[in-house]
Amino acid sequence: MSRRTDLLGLGSLALGVGLVPLVFTSQYHLSVGVFIAIHAIVTIGLCLLMGYAGQISLGHAAFYGLGAYLTGLLTTRLGLNPWAAMGTGIVLTGALAYAVGRPILRLRGHYLAMVTLAFGIIVYLAFVEFTDLTGGPSGLSGIPRLRLGGFVFDSDRKFFYLAWAFVIGVLLVSLNVVNSRVGRALRSIHGSEIAAETLGVDSADYKLKVFTMSAMYAALAGSLYAHYLSFVSPPTFGFIASVEFVVMAAVGGLASVWGAPFGAAAVTLLSEGVRDLMPRLLTYASGEHEVIAYGLLLILIMVFVPEGLTVGGLRALRRLARTG
Amino acid sequence: MVAPDQLLQLVLVGITQGSIYALIALGFVTIYNVTGIINFAQGEFAMLGAMFMASLAPLGLPVPAAFALAVGAVMVVGGGVERLAIHPARRASIVTLIIITIGIDIVLRGLALLTWGTDPLPLAPFTPGPPVSLAGAVITRQGLWILGTTAVTLAVLYAFFEYTYLGKILRACAINRLAARLTGIAPERMSLLAFALAAALGAVGGIVIAPLTLVSYDMGLYLGLKGFVAAVMGGLVSAPGAVAGALLLGVLESLAAGTLRAAYKEALAFLVLFLILLVRPQGLFTRAIGSRAGL
Repeated sequence: MSRRTDLLGLGSLALGVGLVPLVFTSQYHLSVGVFIAIHAIVTIGLCLLMGYAGQISLGHAAFYGLGAYLTGLLTTRLGLNPWAAMGTGIVLTGALAYAVGRPILRLRGHYLAMVTLAFGIIVYLAFVEFTDLTGGPSGLSGIPRLRLGGFVFDSDRKFFYLAWAFVIGVLLVSLNVVNSRVGRALRSIHGSEIAAETLGVDSADYKLKVFTMSAMYAALAGSLYAHYLSFVSPPTFGFIASVEFVVMAAVGGLASVWGAPFGAAAVTLLSEGVRDLMPRLLTYASGEHEVIAYGLLLILIMVFVPEGLTVGGLRALRRLARTG
Repeated sequence: MVAPDQLLQLVLVGITQGSIYALIALGFVTIYNVTGIINFAQGEFAMLGAMFMASLAPLGLPVPAAFALAVGAVMVVGGGVERLAIHPARRASIVTLIIITIGIDIVLRGLALLTWGTDPLPLAPFTPGPPVSLAGAVITRQGLWILGTTAVTLAVLYAFFEYTYLGKILRACAINRLAARLTGIAPERMSLLAFALAAALGAVGGIVIAPLTLVSYDMGLYLGLKGFVAAVMGGLVSAPGAVAGALLLGVLESLAAGTLRAAYKEALAFLVLFLILLVRPQGLFTRAIGSRAGL
């Protein structure tokens, strides 16, 4: 996509987001909107990592959780200003991702997937086990709300605007990265690592940078989550959450960061819909059954439209326009 | 520190647990060697085996019949999964195939939840009775069943790969897929066979451990992950390596649970995985990264 269409896209996204709270006024709808935004931020990072650099991570919920727990701990235990705590949490998570990523990004394909998975589970177990610090299974509560001067982001509507402002900011940064020399280098690594290295691309360095960046996005999303709900507990950041982020990225399509918000929206809405619908179809079904829909969706998309729904959808539209 | 008799006890428990990991790890190795895919759904085969067994047992079937039926049913599931989800995408990239097997894992777990609910099912030990003394340590009768079944399964598997035509062409496929195709072997059909075989191995593991743990829909994920750690310890391509890795992992976990806090036992496997992938991605027992040979 060209620079102009990107800016046009960002403009229409901002406009659409601005209009949503005028149409959907219920707290429930707005809070789903907030979650879509939070998920979208993680997904944009994963899209960069998987789609552009061709590296898979099954442990991004760990970075999401680290962001949430760090800002939670820094504000409740040390009384830090929420914004400063968020920033510190993001930087610390980024530093950890850099340190961990350095050795693990030498691994490829299956091995990388498994080592990120192991990392995710270790971090998750740390959230559960370090009870003195994290509150263990009962979680960490009383995380303060974000405020700007005298303005407190205390309603769903206010937080909705804030979260989507972050989404647009993250998209803007990511599009800049993608359209730069770095983006071209990343795509060349995805195409063929050997060819890219032959042309002088330091692939290890680029992969590490994009891994760190995606971890920092996840931490940003996690810290927004913490300040929105003012409560965090381990289950939000487990293995299933890591898989959900991969599903969102895959559903949206890995070919462009533009797919990420759509993937996040599609999967979040689907899971809300299934949670709502399943108990009505099968009276004994609990909320957990929504995972079947996730799994099926994942298989169907990967088998039939591995490039994701946005690209697949656009292609179908084009074909329709040609024949019709 | 641990007293010597307690040490023996912990090692025995570890070897019992490690046998289960070994069966699951062999499933990973079989599928990886034949198709190049890491099957994330491997642990769910163990869960399904245990679930079928727990459902068949109350019907009054003799244990061997229920055992055979449960393993057969999981083999059908394994083959079906290969045909429906892996076969259509066989030309896709590694990332795509990984995501597909994660999808399979989620669907199987979800279907089990839908069929059997969240309450764990009990399964009676194969032979009732008090634990047995063994060289100063104590082992439950089910523990003996686990060790025995694993030993028999390994022997059968060895004979299958070594002496049967089907086993030999499966090995040929693992050594060199292209060359196997040139001699008239259809790798697609071998992929189906590998999945069915891995499903059977997982099912056997799940069934024999079920009386010790209770059967629940979510038992597959961790069993599968532990089996994978064991397979990686053995280098992912070697069956003897996977078995050795599994026994070592079982003993390490048991020692960790006996000497440190029990909670560290869970993290240990993933810490081991992390370290091995960083330091020796070719596995503990191999000299160098070789070809995908020597099933």
